[in-house]
Amino acid sequence: MAFLHVQKTTNRLKGLKNNRSLIPYLLLAPGLIWLSIFFIFPILQLGATSTKTPAGEIGFFEQTYRFQNYIDAFLASKEQFYRSFLYATLATILALAIAYPLAYAIAFKSGRYKNILLVMVIAPFFTSFLLRTIAWKQILGEEGPVVSALRAVSIIGDTTSITATPFAVVTGLTYNFLPFMTLPLYASLERIDPRTMEAAGDLYANGLTTFRKVTLPLSMPGVVAGTLLTFIPAAGDYINAAILGDPKSKMLGNVIDAYYFRIVDYPTAAALSFMLMAAILILVTFYIRRAGTEELV
Amino acid sequence: MRSVKRWASKNLIRIYAFLAFTYIFIPIIYTIAFSFNDGGKSNLTWKGFTLKNWANPCAAPEICTALGNSLKIGLTSTIFATILGTLIAFALGRYHFKGRSSTNLLIFLPMATPEIVLGASLLTMFIGLGVDTGFVTTIIAHIMFCISFVVVTVKARIASLDPRLEQAAMDLYANEWQTFRRVTLPLVAPGIAAAALLAFSLSFDDFIITNFTIGTEITFPKFVYTSAIRGVPAQANVIGAAMFFIALAIVIVGQVLASKRKSKLS
Repeated sequence: MAFLHVQKTTNRLKGLKNNRSLIPYLLLAPGLIWLSIFFIFPILQLGATSTKTPAGEIGFFEQTYRFQNYIDAFLASKEQFYRSFLYATLATILALAIAYPLAYAIAFKSGRYKNILLVMVIAPFFTSFLLRTIAWKQILGEEGPVVSALRAVSIIGDTTSITATPFAVVTGLTYNFLPFMTLPLYASLERIDPRTMEAAGDLYANGLTTFRKVTLPLSMPGVVAGTLLTFIPAAGDYINAAILGDPKSKMLGNVIDAYYFRIVDYPTAAALSFMLMAAILILVTFYIRRAGTEELV
Repeated sequence: MRSVKRWASKNLIRIYAFLAFTYIFIPIIYTIAFSFNDGGKSNLTWKGFTLKNWANPCAAPEICTALGNSLKIGLTSTIFATILGTLIAFALGRYHFKGRSSTNLLIFLPMATPEIVLGASLLTMFIGLGVDTGFVTTIIAHIMFCISFVVVTVKARIASLDPRLEQAAMDLYANEWQTFRRVTLPLVAPGIAAAALLAFSLSFDDFIITNFTIGTEITFPKFVYTSAIRGVPAQANVIGAAMFFIALAIVIVGQVLASKRKSKLS
């Protein structure tokens, strides 16, 4: 009798186990199928399009496996390529410089106002991305308060502008992606046990040494995640350059957009998109090696 | 001397934080202020205070059609992305299975791909398949890019749960399904709500991908972008400001509910 009972239980356990091994796949299936059809497959299509050549009418292309497209596309837009990565790097560094002390202050110095301050960090998300960027254009623009004030005290001349410059584009990029930097930084700083910092102090480390040897290394996952989350969208962005820049501050996104919608040259646009993605993925892989995907996502 | 230094450094970071918040809020305050501007169609310079933009936010041509479209797309995408993403988050957060790291990679990749590449690749596929772009293609795209953000948000919540709560339920003879319905799901619910809010705001605010997949239809961001050339009407600021206050109210109510729940539990 007892033996039978045990038999039953193990069967049930076995059943459960089998059941359990199938459940995760059932949970994953719908979402992953969606991502495969509408993310992986389009990316493959993009790759296929990048080696096509024009066939007669505008907007029609045939597959000729012309890898020369990549070289042509790169040579035609290498300045914008360089600019995209330069502006994105500058914006990432600036965002880190602004966000790190801010995240630090929220994590360690805010007391009971912590939640309110966190809401304030994500407040820009509550208004439209485009409206914010246009607001910067008007604030920094010819008739805006900043230029008028600077001209009144003769810091800049009457002919110097702020908008339609790389400076304005980088300002816009920094601003728009700042929450992506602040939140992961905050998350990793908040996880640090304050006693580790106290211990450093007890061992006669001064504030700077404590920061350099304890706080900063412990917050590195946040730094890595934040820089990635800022750099990736900034490198692919073209809204800031379109609204705040001029033709001389165009980024790769502007070029891809133009090849798609104005020139209707899909292969070149696809080749540029692919190169942008490849360049970014190489950077991401480099970072993932340091931090691990599980920690990043 | 040392204490003075310490005081200064302590407050230096507060001053720094204050300046950072000023920077964060300048364009938001500007946007809200100019929703009250009597500036006519272009709304470029301050012409005086008025409430008429708020009284009639649909006065600018097409703006309310655009807003309605954005709400429709946002709500539909949010529902689907939240369901699909939450299922994945449970699989990742509660089960050990083969293919875990490739799943993580597939979730991470859309977030690591610039929006313009996502948009361009989708349009390439739709053109290749001869599909007409419009609302359906846009909703498909929005669900795709929102899934990853939902997974990340819900997974974080699941990971922060105390597994002993579920064990306790099982010890009290709840079966797996009952444990899930009565214990796990209510505990994860705030995370799912946060993920849904995030998905909606990402979808509602998206311009780059939408511009590729929407064809000739219009959304609120597309309306703002296309009118930016000749000046954005103040009604757009009204809608932007209203969205800001609604989102703020939702977040504050959420925070209050969460802290009430916390004090109830302790």
